[in-house]
Amino acid sequence: MLILECPYCGVKAEETELSPGGEAHLKRFGPDSSDADFEAYMFARKNPKGVHFERWRHAYGCGKWFLAARCTATLEVFGTYPAQSTEPPVEVIDKIKAKRPDWKGFK
Amino acid sequence: MSTRLTSNGWMINRNVAVEFTFNGKRLRGYEGDTLASALLANDQMLVGRSFKYHRPRGIVASGPEEPNALVNLGSGARLEPNQRTTTTELFDGLEAQSQNHWPSLEYDVGVLNNYASRFLPAGFYYKTFIHPRAAWKHVFEPIIRKSAGLGQAPKDRDADHYEQAYGYCDVLVAGGGVAGLQAALVAGRAGARVWLVEEATVWGGRARVDGDIIDGMAAQAWVDQTVTALMAMPNVTMRLRCQAAGVHDHGYVLLSERVADHTPGDGRPRQRLWRLRATRIITATGAIERPLSFPGNDIPGVMLAGAVRDFVGKWAVSPGDRTVIVTNNDDAYRTAIALHGAGLEVVAVVDARVSVNGDLPERVRALGIRVETGKGIAKVKGTKRVEGVEICVQAGEGKASSFVACDCVAMSGGWSPVVHLWSHCGGKLAWDEAGAFFRPDPDRPPLSHDGRAMVIAAGAANGALRAAATDADAAARIALDMLAMKPAKATAPMHDLPEEGAMAPVWVMPQGADIALRSKMWLDFQNDVKVSDVQLAAREGYESVEHTKRYTTLGMATDQGKLSNINGLAVLAESLNMAIPQVGTTTFRPPYTPVTLGALAGEARGEIFQPLRRTPMHAWHEKNGAYFEPVGYWRRPYCFPRAGETHDQAVHREVRNTRNAVGLLDASTLGKIIVKGPDAGRFLDMLYTGVMSTLPIGKCRYGLMCNEQGFLSDDGVVARIDEDTWLCHTTSGGADRIHGWMEDWLQCEWWDWQVFTANVTEQYAQVAVVGPNARKLLERLGGMDLSKETLPFMQWADGTLGGFAVRVYRISFSGELSYEIAVDAGQGAAFWQALIAAGVEFGAMPYGTEALHIMRAEKGFIMIGDETDGTVIPQDLGLDWAISKKKADFLGKRGQQRSFLANADRWKLVGFETLDGSVIQDGAYIVGQGVNANNQRNVQGRVTSTYFSPTLNRGIAMGLLRHGPQRMGEVVEFSKIEGGTVQARVVNPVFFDKDGEKQNV
Repeated sequence: MLILECPYCGVKAEETELSPGGEAHLKRFGPDSSDADFEAYMFARKNPKGVHFERWRHAYGCGKWFLAARCTATLEVFGTYPAQSTEPPVEVIDKIKAKRPDWKGFK
Repeated sequence: MSTRLTSNGWMINRNVAVEFTFNGKRLRGYEGDTLASALLANDQMLVGRSFKYHRPRGIVASGPEEPNALVNLGSGARLEPNQRTTTTELFDGLEAQSQNHWPSLEYDVGVLNNYASRFLPAGFYYKTFIHPRAAWKHVFEPIIRKSAGLGQAPKDRDADHYEQAYGYCDVLVAGGGVAGLQAALVAGRAGARVWLVEEATVWGGRARVDGDIIDGMAAQAWVDQTVTALMAMPNVTMRLRCQAAGVHDHGYVLLSERVADHTPGDGRPRQRLWRLRATRIITATGAIERPLSFPGNDIPGVMLAGAVRDFVGKWAVSPGDRTVIVTNNDDAYRTAIALHGAGLEVVAVVDARVSVNGDLPERVRALGIRVETGKGIAKVKGTKRVEGVEICVQAGEGKASSFVACDCVAMSGGWSPVVHLWSHCGGKLAWDEAGAFFRPDPDRPPLSHDGRAMVIAAGAANGALRAAATDADAAARIALDMLAMKPAKATAPMHDLPEEGAMAPVWVMPQGADIALRSKMWLDFQNDVKVSDVQLAAREGYESVEHTKRYTTLGMATDQGKLSNINGLAVLAESLNMAIPQVGTTTFRPPYTPVTLGALAGEARGEIFQPLRRTPMHAWHEKNGAYFEPVGYWRRPYCFPRAGETHDQAVHREVRNTRNAVGLLDASTLGKIIVKGPDAGRFLDMLYTGVMSTLPIGKCRYGLMCNEQGFLSDDGVVARIDEDTWLCHTTSGGADRIHGWMEDWLQCEWWDWQVFTANVTEQYAQVAVVGPNARKLLERLGGMDLSKETLPFMQWADGTLGGFAVRVYRISFSGELSYEIAVDAGQGAAFWQALIAAGVEFGAMPYGTEALHIMRAEKGFIMIGDETDGTVIPQDLGLDWAISKKKADFLGKRGQQRSFLANADRWKLVGFETLDGSVIQDGAYIVGQGVNANNQRNVQGRVTSTYFSPTLNRGIAMGLLRHGPQRMGEVVEFSKIEGGTVQARVVNPVFFDKDGEKQNV
């Protein structure tokens, strides 16, 4: 059972306090988008063994959505940050690069 | 025979006798006995039958690894199957029954399987129960079901209660042997918050029974001194009878504590499940001795050497007068010394090694005990009890060179570290050539959130079988370093160790045994997996250890391979001509030993299984005989049956009364979400398929919400409260979900929009006053103008009614003149009672959810969850009018443009009337022409809502039908569950008051 620190209220929250929201940093495609773009937005999800960015909500806490960078294989957590981020913060990226030199970047 | 000794027995209190029964037979033991030791003391060596061949089974081990001695414990509401006698503490009145035999333990008909064993090889079920297919249902399955499982499942409700508790610590030390004690001591002295747990009833593990000497002290003195020191530390929590059952992500550990297993019915919870969060975990769980694979090694009386000296030392029980010890290592000689010291006869030590000259063997030789080197066991004589062994040359094919009479065989194939807790979260293992075991690989530990080791192995669990405390001292220092804590100045404890000779890995005894002998060498005692079975699996191509496990059932017994795994995969490796580490192990999954379901459920059962939500009027409903149905966590009245009425009759009365007079519905569960802010209108335009930003203040509008795929997700009436405030009604079950949905989009997509949302569902009680007399009833309460002119349909107004501050919405889900009135939740019960009282003269009656459903169906109104199932778009339901064509974007718009959803061939909503007036069955399909590829009848639609309409006095239904709206008047056929079909005509889904005149008066 994971522990993730909520970047809003600072609570180190147990997984039972959180609800998962799938992959983070998706770009929404609405009307007038191509079938391929919409399909990718709606259905195509990364499923990496390794570094992954995820959406979580502190559902039984402060209610805020936040994002987490973690390794799906070792469960190492590289950082959590506000949902109002279009890409991971530099310090999270740097930490991942330091620990996973082979990592190809978040896109 | 096995019997009680007069010397030894530091676990038992001979002054307190305890009575218990085994298969109805009254027996006596002492306080401190385990059920196993008490059975042995009563010469009850035969305690069960094996799973497949029903062979006689005796006690083989002395701890949680025991595969054989499992019993049905207790009776009635306290019956629990498959309880290990070796870990069951004896108490007065204990009842135990042996398992898997008929008619009795001594004479078991199932043993016939034993004589047919060569027709029951590995994979027997897979190979046999294939053809004919028809035999499955009536022949194979009943037989397999009958023979499946060992014990009986209890039938009564569990009389005991269980509890769960939470704990937090810097360091959890699992295991209270000398390694665990030393690790806890080092961590405790450094000031860390320490938990030390031990599954047994005493501290110290095997140290005393093995005669360890630590820092010049006898083991028990060292243990006592260390326990005393630990108990004085306020930062150290110590718990006996408490097993670390499973290690999970980020230091989450489940501890299973047996609180009152040995004192049933004393009022305490039977077991407690600790949900512990540990920053670092030290696993000091010791090691388990391996059996040796020689012919007849499963006959009762063949036991692990370590277990034999446990029984002699701890419980003063002699498993036999004359014991033969068979070994491949020096440790088993400790058993010879212990037996000799207790005055028992050790007939011979049969050692597979050619050269044996460690300190312990020399001591044994000095005691005058015969040591046979380079030898093995060719055969164990006896059926229900060992009668003797034939000794042969280990390197040979099993020609007996001598026969020795004995009634106990103590075997040792070496020891394997208990690596379970290390492995649960992915810790990897390394093969130790010297010890012939897998041990934790310190370079590949399970990781925690910070990417550093979560578990550190200590003592025997780390492969340090002998200098356990010294090893644990180092392990604790590693843990402290990771916690950035400094250990106190102290030197590591030193073991005074005898010089031990190297062990020799022996996987098959004798080495050149033929198939006849290999078919009698048991690997898994409970599931009857033999050396020959694993070799057969390998020949048949099962090369992966995971496949072999499932094919042969090796390690699938209730002990989960604690005894059998290493031996089994060594045999597999040999058959495949591979090295053991190349074959690898099967996966170690939690829990270490079974945790009872009651403990996992904890207090969450019966009435408090889940929280119940009650409306402010709930108590009135209960008092007035409401029949409730669950709606999410809510309980809503389904109907209010009167004396002598069936539920159907009550529902029909409620519908007729509402249509003809006036009905009252507790609508408090309806979701109510306030959306407020400068961008609230814009936000709602994205959320709903229609336009909400243009809704005038004071008006209401029906709206639909879709998910991004375009599928209908929720509906409800939206009211504009003021310039920047809207109140959104959601379905009863949907309030929390929709509120979360709104927050998701506001927080994660449009975070620059200025909008607040608040779920105020429980802040208001809401009552629907419905029917031709609704206005008259409310006017009797008085306080505001509710005329058609002042408050027309689809408007709302604030005011007072009967002195209550109210907000009145003139909306209708029934087609009748209808007001939905919200009051503060605290006023809900009083307001409801005021309506009931004032309603008497107008014929008011409360109605429930079923009447609500029928009335909405009569009007052709859709219900989320009935007409929708996550694959239905609003256009399927003829709701195109509620979808804006002007808006550039809303959630679901792009999804609905996909070719399959824009397809004209989709199933669409229509109404149905059966030709014979009957009610179409729930879930019925509309059958089409021909059959599909699976030879099933094609379908062209299905029913979504179907009721008997008391208003029309006939069955009515709504459903989805291909090209439905274009097929009005056509007759289609609905399937029936019992076979056959019922004919129904396609009609307009609005059955009642098609022009909506009744609601608009």
